[in-house]
Amino acid sequence: MIAELGHAALWLAAALALLQLVGGALALREGEADGIAGLARPAAILQGGLAGFAFFALLYVFAVTDLSVKLVAANSHSLKPLIFKLSGAWGNHEGSMLLWVTVMALAGGLIAAVERRLPEKTMQATLAAQGFVALGFYAFLLLSSNPFERLPEPAMEGLGLNPLLQDIGLALHPPTLYFGYVGLSVAFSFAVGAMLTRSVTPDFARAMRPWVLGAWVFLTLGITAGSYWAYYELGWGGWWFWDPVENASLMPWLAATALLHSVSVLASRDALRVWTIMLGVVAFSMSMLGTFLVRSGVLTSVHAFAVDPERGSFILALLAVYIGGALLLFALRASSISEGERFAVASREGALVFNNVMLSAILAVVLLGTLYPLLTEAFDVRVSVGPPYFNPVSAIFTIPMLLVMAVGPLLRWRGDSFARISKELALIAALVIAGLIFFALFEGGALLPLLGLALAVMLAVASFLPLRGRNLKRLPIAVWGMVVAHFGIAVALFGMASESAFSTERLAALEVGQSATVGPWEVELASVQPVAGPNWTAIEGRMLASYKGGEGQPIAPQSRNFWAPAQQTTESVLLTRWNGQLYAVMGNEANDGRWQLRLWWKPFVTFIWYGGMLVALGGVLAIIGRVQQDLKRRSIRRKGAVRRADMETV
Amino acid sequence: MGWRMWLPLMVFALFLGLAAYQLTQPKDEFVESRMIGQSLPYFELPAATEDLPGVSSKDFADGKPRLLNIWASWCLPCIAEAPQLEALKEQGADIVGVAIRDDPADVAEFLARHGNPYSRIGRDDLSEVQLGIGSSGVPETFVIDGKGTITYQHIGDIRADDVPLLLEKLREAGR
Repeated sequence: MIAELGHAALWLAAALALLQLVGGALALREGEADGIAGLARPAAILQGGLAGFAFFALLYVFAVTDLSVKLVAANSHSLKPLIFKLSGAWGNHEGSMLLWVTVMALAGGLIAAVERRLPEKTMQATLAAQGFVALGFYAFLLLSSNPFERLPEPAMEGLGLNPLLQDIGLALHPPTLYFGYVGLSVAFSFAVGAMLTRSVTPDFARAMRPWVLGAWVFLTLGITAGSYWAYYELGWGGWWFWDPVENASLMPWLAATALLHSVSVLASRDALRVWTIMLGVVAFSMSMLGTFLVRSGVLTSVHAFAVDPERGSFILALLAVYIGGALLLFALRASSISEGERFAVASREGALVFNNVMLSAILAVVLLGTLYPLLTEAFDVRVSVGPPYFNPVSAIFTIPMLLVMAVGPLLRWRGDSFARISKELALIAALVIAGLIFFALFEGGALLPLLGLALAVMLAVASFLPLRGRNLKRLPIAVWGMVVAHFGIAVALFGMASESAFSTERLAALEVGQSATVGPWEVELASVQPVAGPNWTAIEGRMLASYKGGEGQPIAPQSRNFWAPAQQTTESVLLTRWNGQLYAVMGNEANDGRWQLRLWWKPFVTFIWYGGMLVALGGVLAIIGRVQQDLKRRSIRRKGAVRRADMETV
Repeated sequence: MGWRMWLPLMVFALFLGLAAYQLTQPKDEFVESRMIGQSLPYFELPAATEDLPGVSSKDFADGKPRLLNIWASWCLPCIAEAPQLEALKEQGADIVGVAIRDDPADVAEFLARHGNPYSRIGRDDLSEVQLGIGSSGVPETFVIDGKGTITYQHIGDIRADDVPLLLEKLREAGR
C-alpha cells in the first residue's frame, strides 16, 4: 500500500512539474501571472511535498523490509541494522535517482516559496526551467527505473547483505554529491530564467549565490570524503587516481568554484554577466555529464557501478535536451546581454577573472583527459590517460592561480595599483622563494612537489593578509568564509605536496619476529593468524609499530579472500599521528615462509582532508554571512517600502 | 563576437555525437589485458599435480594454438566452468592450466571430482605468471597462438554460450 502511494505521489509530482513548466511558460509569454500562469509557484511547492512523500514511502518500505518490493528484495535483508536498511534505500540506482529528484523538487519548492527578489517574469521563467529539468528526471525514474516496482511473489529473504556497502561513509557519500549536483541544477534554472528574460542583474546573482555556495560545500565534502575512502579502501596508498568517476565529481566542483567567484563579482559589481550565465550552464552540465559517464559505462573505471547502456542512452538524451537547449539559448541571447560594468586589470575583479580563466582551463584539461579515451576508442585505439598527463598539465594553470589567489583579495574593487600593496607582494614573493630554498635544502626531491610546498606555505600566510588593518569584530562573516576557505586550500595543498615529496615506501618480506623500518617507524611482525568473516577468510598480520623507538602500537592488516565471487581484497591499517600516517598492507606468503608487507610513511598526508574540510567550512561561513546580509537587506527594503507607502498616504 | 557564442554548443554537439556512437558500440565491461598482441613473458612453472607435466613459456612456441586457463581448486566459479572446459577439449582445444596458490593434493582432488580437461598444469604459487600476463583474477582464459602470442582474453568463468566464441578465437589464432 505504502509503495503504491509512493508511486502515485511520484506520478502526481511529475504532473505538477509539467504544470509548473506550462504555467511558468504562459506567465512568461503573457507577462502576467493569473489563471494557469499563476500556478507555477504553488505547483513547485506541492511538487516538493509529493516528492518528499515518495522518498519517505521508499524509506518506509526499506525500514520494514517489505520484500514484495523488488528493490527491497534485491538490496536489503531483514537482519540488517536499521541504519543500513535506510541507507540501502538510496544505495542503488533506482533509489538514488529518487533521492536526486526529491532533493531537486524540494529545492524547487523552496525557491518558489522564499525567493521574492527577482522580477516576477524572471522568477516564472526560472520555475519553468526547473519544472522542465525535473520532468526529464521524473520520466527517467518512472519509465526506466521505478523504485516501487512489486515482485509477482514476495521474496522469502532479501539478497543484499553486501558488506562493502555497510559502511556509514559509503552510505553518506553519494547523497552528499547529489546535494551538490542538485544545487547546481537550481543555479542552472536561474541562469536559463535570466537568459529567457534577458535580466542579468546583481539581484539575480544574489538569488543564485546561496545555491551555488551550498552546492559547492556539498561537492567539496563529497570529494574530500571520496578521496579518503579511496585512500584507505583500495589499499594502493594513493589518494587520487584521476579515475573517470573521480573526475566526474571534480569537474562540477571546478566549475562551481569558478561560478561562485564570478557570481560574487556580479552581485557586488554588476560585471561579468555573460560569463556568470555561461558558468551556471557549464556547472550543471558537468554534473549531468558526470552522472552519464558513471552510469552509462562508456568509460572504464575502478568504481564498479551497475552500468546499463539503456539508462545511459536515456541520460544522454536528457543531456542533449537540457544542455544542448541551454547552450543554444546562450548562443542566441548572449550577444544581447551587455557585459556590465568595466574594471581595470589591477583590481579585485581582474584577479577574479584571471582565476576564473585558470579554473576553466583546469576544467578543460580534466575534461579532455577524461573524454580522450572516448575519442580514441571511436578509432579503435585504447588508451588510458593518467597522472603523467593530469598532474603537470593541470599544474601549469594551478601555479599562477595560487599566486593570484594570494594577491587578489588584497586588491580593491574596480581599480587599484600593485604599488599600493607592494609590501604584501614582496612578502608573498619572499615566502615562495624562502620556502623553495628551505625545502630544497632540507629534503630535496622533484620540483613540482617542492613548489607545491612553498606555495602552500605562502598561501597559508597570504590567506590571512586581507584581515590586516580591519576590525576583526565587525568583519562580515562572508569575509571570514573566504579567509578560511583559502587557508583550507593551502592546508590541502601542503598535504598533497608533502605526500608526494616525502612519502617513503617499503616493500618487505619478513619472517615472524623480524622487523622492517619505514621512515621513522619500526614495524615488527609478531604473528600471522588466519581469521574468518561471514563470507571471507583472511590472513591477519599482527604487528607492533613503534615511532622513533617509542612504545609499540598493535596493528593488524588483513589480506581477505572472498568466496563468491572469488576476490582478494586488502584491509589496510592506518596509524595516524599529527604529522602523518603509517599505512600498512598485508601481502601473501612467499615460498620461504616469509610474509610480504607493504608499508608507507606519509608525512602530513591527513592535511589533504583537513584542508578539504576547512574549505567546506569556509563555504558554510560564506552562506551564513550572505543569507544574513540578504535578510538584513530585505528588512531594510520592506521598511523603505512601508515608509514610502506612509508618505504617499500623508 | 557573435560566432564565439556558438562555440560551446558546437563543442557539446561533438561530444554528444561521440558519446552516442560509443553507446551503440558493443562494450566490454572489463579491462582487457595490455598484453593482448604481445608474446608470453618467459616463465617455467613446476607441475601442480603428479599426473601432468608443468608449464613453460617454451611449450607455446610449437606452432599450435592453445588455451591458457588460469584457475584454482579453491575457486568456486572454476567448478562452474569445468563442464565448458571439458566441452572445449572434446572439440579439439588443447588446454594448459595454471593453478594459482594451490596445493597438489587439492588439485588432484578437484580434477578427480570435476574432470580434467588439461594437458599440462603449472603451479603458480606467487601469482607471478598470472600477473605477468595481465590477469587480475581466477578464472581467466587466454588464447595463445602457435608463436606464443596472446591473442584473446576471457575474464571470468566460461559460460556455455562463450564456448563457440573461444573455439572461433582459437581457430583465428591457428591461421
